[in-house]
Amino acid sequence: MSILVDKDTRVICQGLTGRAGLFHSQKCREYARDDCQRDSPVFLGGVTPGKGGTEVDGFPVFNKVADAVEAVGANTSMVFVPPRFCADAIIEAADAGIKLIVAITEGVPVLDMVRAKNYIDQTDSRLVGPNCPGVITPGVAKIGIMPGYIHTPGSVGLISRSGTLTYEAAWQMGRVGLGQSTCVGIGGDPIIGTNFIDLLDLFQNDPETDAILMIGEIGGNAEEQAAQYIKEKVTKPVAAFIAGRTAPPGKRMGHAGAIISGGKGTAAEKVAALEAEGIEVAQSPADMGEAMQRAIARHA
Amino acid sequence: MKIHEYQGKQLLAAAGVKVPRGIVARTPDEAAAAFAELGGEIAVMKSQIHAGGRGKGRFREQPEQPGVVLIRSAEEARANAERMLGNTLVTIQTGEAGKTVNVLFVEQGLNIARELYLGIVVDRESGGPVVIASSEGGMAIEDVAAETPEKIFREAFDIGVGLLPSQVQNLSDKLGLEGQAARSAEVFLPKLCQFFVENDCSMAEINPLVVTDEGELTPLDSKVSFDDNALFRHGDVAELRDLSEEDEAEVRAGNAGLSYVNLDGNIGCLVNGAGLAMSTMDLIKLHGGEPANFLDVGGGANVEAVTEAFRIILADSNVKAVLVNIFGGIMKCDTIVEAILEAYEKVGFSVPLVVRLEGTNVELARNMLADSGRDIITATDLTDAAKKVVATLSA
Repeated sequence: MSILVDKDTRVICQGLTGRAGLFHSQKCREYARDDCQRDSPVFLGGVTPGKGGTEVDGFPVFNKVADAVEAVGANTSMVFVPPRFCADAIIEAADAGIKLIVAITEGVPVLDMVRAKNYIDQTDSRLVGPNCPGVITPGVAKIGIMPGYIHTPGSVGLISRSGTLTYEAAWQMGRVGLGQSTCVGIGGDPIIGTNFIDLLDLFQNDPETDAILMIGEIGGNAEEQAAQYIKEKVTKPVAAFIAGRTAPPGKRMGHAGAIISGGKGTAAEKVAALEAEGIEVAQSPADMGEAMQRAIARHA
Repeated sequence: MKIHEYQGKQLLAAAGVKVPRGIVARTPDEAAAAFAELGGEIAVMKSQIHAGGRGKGRFREQPEQPGVVLIRSAEEARANAERMLGNTLVTIQTGEAGKTVNVLFVEQGLNIARELYLGIVVDRESGGPVVIASSEGGMAIEDVAAETPEKIFREAFDIGVGLLPSQVQNLSDKLGLEGQAARSAEVFLPKLCQFFVENDCSMAEINPLVVTDEGELTPLDSKVSFDDNALFRHGDVAELRDLSEEDEAEVRAGNAGLSYVNLDGNIGCLVNGAGLAMSTMDLIKLHGGEPANFLDVGGGANVEAVTEAFRIILADSNVKAVLVNIFGGIMKCDTIVEAILEAYEKVGFSVPLVVRLEGTNVELARNMLADSGRDIITATDLTDAAKKVVATLSA
């Protein structure tokens, strides 16, 4: 199995005709076709209001998500819509029955996301992101902006608030012979569709995932909650890394959600919470792959 | 984006929230005139900076002068303003550098019966805004949370319907508001919530929120900040930005689409991705160095933006070495090298440069570096990079 993305995944891109939307749709199509040797297409087109009926580099363009669902049977959407229209695009996708919505867009207003999440929570659609690199099941398909070649198929589930740090982790794991079942970037914003706990639950119940690497960062208390959840519900080995030990308080470190406010959300608190539950925490970002190895060895 | 207290109160007043009468003063004469115009026996004159702790703060040039003063005459207003305006206020939140005071806010005195705390923030856990109230006004809410968490009350509200009457009642009961004060809360609290939502605030903090002798809830201070990503739909708010309150290099980076935070160390960092950029700082520290900055060039940056990033890093005179750490995804490694070589041409490197590249087009990029003939130290992985850049400082 794997989680979220599998052989039945059929993707459209909302915002296909934008520069980034088209570029990454092409890359995702190449990954499914060339790296994964998939014989039927996984990327089936896209949506740009007002450009329905046209075609761009072999991708049919639709005016509405519902049209794309009807015409090509899409069940997944990759969202590259500009920030100010992104929440509406997410809501439209859920309304059209899309099951997995992966929002790559960075810079969506927070209260727009509150509205979109309120809507999504009433449906059976799942949102990943926004402001995230996407989801990849190596050897099957990628939906997002991560480079495909750094990933190898395997049995470690990877969950991360960061983009490039996720690449670093996947690459390090590859170097020590650990492939990945699925890698999910959950995004760096304060309000996100899918959190650590949602994914810990999916990975715990996925027979093809044997271990989990979790990458957190300063801000909020999602890592502390995840630590508690792991203690109660997760039996598979877990390793973690927390970015931002040297981040100063009160400053937003790139991600909208990465800020230590009122002395809360520090890396030290998060590391302590994880270690208190016996989770292997990498002390250096160069040690993520080996930390996962140690956690697996300790668990055996 | 942060705004000043007086700007927050002006916006609140425009939204129909009752605020004390106050007048902005930019000169000692204006301060004296403001006192006269308010017409009371007593007024409060407050330094306008984007930081808290003003009352306890003192001026570097006038060590006896507090950042907030009670004044009883126009002459007193003038004399205090002369010691405050143009000088540097250092508070617990400004750091040692302090902030220059360019604007004073002169406000009518109030008869204060009680001081409360009220704040609204977006709560990650409940996925929406939440009102945080406390009976302990005037204290930092973090301290109240640490020492007496039972004195903090929370009500999450729906952005579509606002704060419900039953929620106002809950808060009033817990804060012990009765009679006129409870009636005042019925108006004040929902209005503040509405203001928060309509203006895409990221925080609205009223501390203290006073209950006057007459039972009116009145904001004595206001600390309002806005979601930068939503400013496109609030042109009036965007105009309130005070660039003099912001770090010059951070503003410059923002204009180039870069994310930059100035720090105290001496190793400049240029990284793609926020998580990797934070981790690079951590790694430098782990190996005995001190990062001079956080800098995320983002995924879509071009050669010009990355060259500008080098200019910003090198303009910091504390920087004694630079570490470039790139894991190319969307960002291609050769774009980075092109920018590095451009920076050598146009900016000039007087400090050692350590480069670690991985990801998209890495072979091409490494060859470009090798062929450039520049004195650039290359590193194979994160640890190697951190060790090498720290070593350059002791060489």
